[in-house]
Amino acid sequence: MLRYIVKRILQAVPLLLVISVICFALIQLAPYDAIDTFVTPNMAPEVVAALKVRFGLDQPAYMQYWRWLLNTVQGNFGFSLITHESVAGALAARLPNTILLVLPSYCLAVLLAIALGLVAGSNRGGKADRIIDALCSIGLATPTFWIAMIILYLFAYKMNLLPVLGMHTMGQENNIHDLLAHMILPCTVLTVSFLPETVRYVRSSTISQFKEDYVMVQKAFGASRAHILFKHVMKNVLFPVITLVAIALPTLVTGAFITESIFSWPGVGTYFLAAIKGFDYPVIMAVLLLSSAMVILGNLLGDILYCLVDPRIKAMR
Amino acid sequence: MAISKRRAGQLKRELKYNKGILFAIAALILITLISVFAFLSPYDPDALNMTARLQGPSLQHLFGTDDLGRDYLTRVLYGGRISLLVGVVAMLISTFIGVVVGTVSGYFGGIVDSILMRIVDVLLSIPWMILVTVISIYMKPGIQAIILVIGLFQWMNIARLVRAETLSVKEREYVLYADSIDQSNLFIIIKHVIPSVLPTIVVAATTGIANAIMMESALSFLGMGVQQPMSSWGSMLNRAQEVLGKAPYMAILPGVMILVTVFSFNKLGDLIRVFAEPKAIER
Repeated sequence: MLRYIVKRILQAVPLLLVISVICFALIQLAPYDAIDTFVTPNMAPEVVAALKVRFGLDQPAYMQYWRWLLNTVQGNFGFSLITHESVAGALAARLPNTILLVLPSYCLAVLLAIALGLVAGSNRGGKADRIIDALCSIGLATPTFWIAMIILYLFAYKMNLLPVLGMHTMGQENNIHDLLAHMILPCTVLTVSFLPETVRYVRSSTISQFKEDYVMVQKAFGASRAHILFKHVMKNVLFPVITLVAIALPTLVTGAFITESIFSWPGVGTYFLAAIKGFDYPVIMAVLLLSSAMVILGNLLGDILYCLVDPRIKAMR
Repeated sequence: MAISKRRAGQLKRELKYNKGILFAIAALILITLISVFAFLSPYDPDALNMTARLQGPSLQHLFGTDDLGRDYLTRVLYGGRISLLVGVVAMLISTFIGVVVGTVSGYFGGIVDSILMRIVDVLLSIPWMILVTVISIYMKPGIQAIILVIGLFQWMNIARLVRAETLSVKEREYVLYADSIDQSNLFIIIKHVIPSVLPTIVVAATTGIANAIMMESALSFLGMGVQQPMSSWGSMLNRAQEVLGKAPYMAILPGVMILVTVFSFNKLGDLIRVFAEPKAIER
């Protein structure tokens, strides 16, 4: 077990390194010089040269990469080309906002998905199953931003029920009710967008569990359908869901891009999209690196958890 | 013969059980036809008419006019051309790369396989939304850029699927025989491996169109896709968002078109899957 975990971690490290190299290469390819962060137009060329030496930008690329990597590992992502703020500081301020939006929505979506998926999977071909499956097909084909627009129009413009933009009403930054009111619409959109895929997953794993021999044995012994579902099938369906949740780790950073941009939510997504529009390369690369690290970490966590909850996997490897 | 009869039977059953598929086929035919024959509309999609701005639906303009007075229905029809074009061409590119990487990787194995699959791992480790937006800033925005970006970074899953199938096809007698009589590797891949993997490829390609259309609409919605005056359904929704309070009808039609198109390609993929892997029907 421990050996497998160590092996998986050792596989993840080179992957991260390769991505950091790609990231660095993209920065080098970008039509700007890292020194531009510090230079103002009226600086003398000698001053610029001195700054270059000070920040090591006169050295060969591999030395610069090494320097950049050391900085990045210490959480120093450099400075924005536009605002000249520290990227790490700006991210630290925005990440909690994104998590505030994504975490409750994702949890709600998983709970709903487990319920709906179990209902659909255990009544395969029945009325409930058909309805849930059809809704999932429609949900998968609906662009998130379109759902957001429609919800926005109905609840904010038409009925004037809920606030439309941002996180707080002006002057109400510490009012928790105001914050919650701002959260309702974006969270609804996110929950709806996370739901279909998760329902599909729970449904298909429920269906495959019902085909297992142990279910037939239970049936032969006269166990009721509810007993089989709750005592046996559910356990086997829920374990893989844990890994699904682990793999979804990067959603905490990148899961709400479009939703944030529609609702002007001050999270990582709006920050990143503004950086893309302004060609703010240090910010872009920081988000790229951070989100990729989350993907790798999530996959690692998923594999390890799966191995912990399902001893058969360990035997196979 | 017997096999094709059995499959036809399954197909019939699937059509009967899954009503969505009939709808999907009809919708795809209709959407393709109206996109192709969009020029029959009495309006020019780019003709500005400042006296008829933001008019609601009427007999003259069935779905109203946009913020520059252009007939909205006509624009949606022309937008369909762009969305479908991006979807199909991007799918062709990604399927081509995916099939080449998958077959080469699976067939040759060893170091080639390791290198290609590590590249796939790396690309899959970057969330696609980030990957695609980052790459797109190095390109001049427009329809070519968006087709390339989606096509070049959407092949990884196809490559994995094709590789897995190739691994099993490689061990079949006819491939082993072809190898033993010294046929060239390229010939074996094209003549023997790809035809055996074809069903999987077709299924992946069909859903690939749906994914590409979805991605294009998201990118265009964020203003990073096709640029004015060219419009796709996604970029039309981008404009609709700006005038949502005044002209909500502008948000409806493009969204419905995306939904129906993506839904239909996904359903078509399901149908082909029944043909390709008869076991799938026992899902």
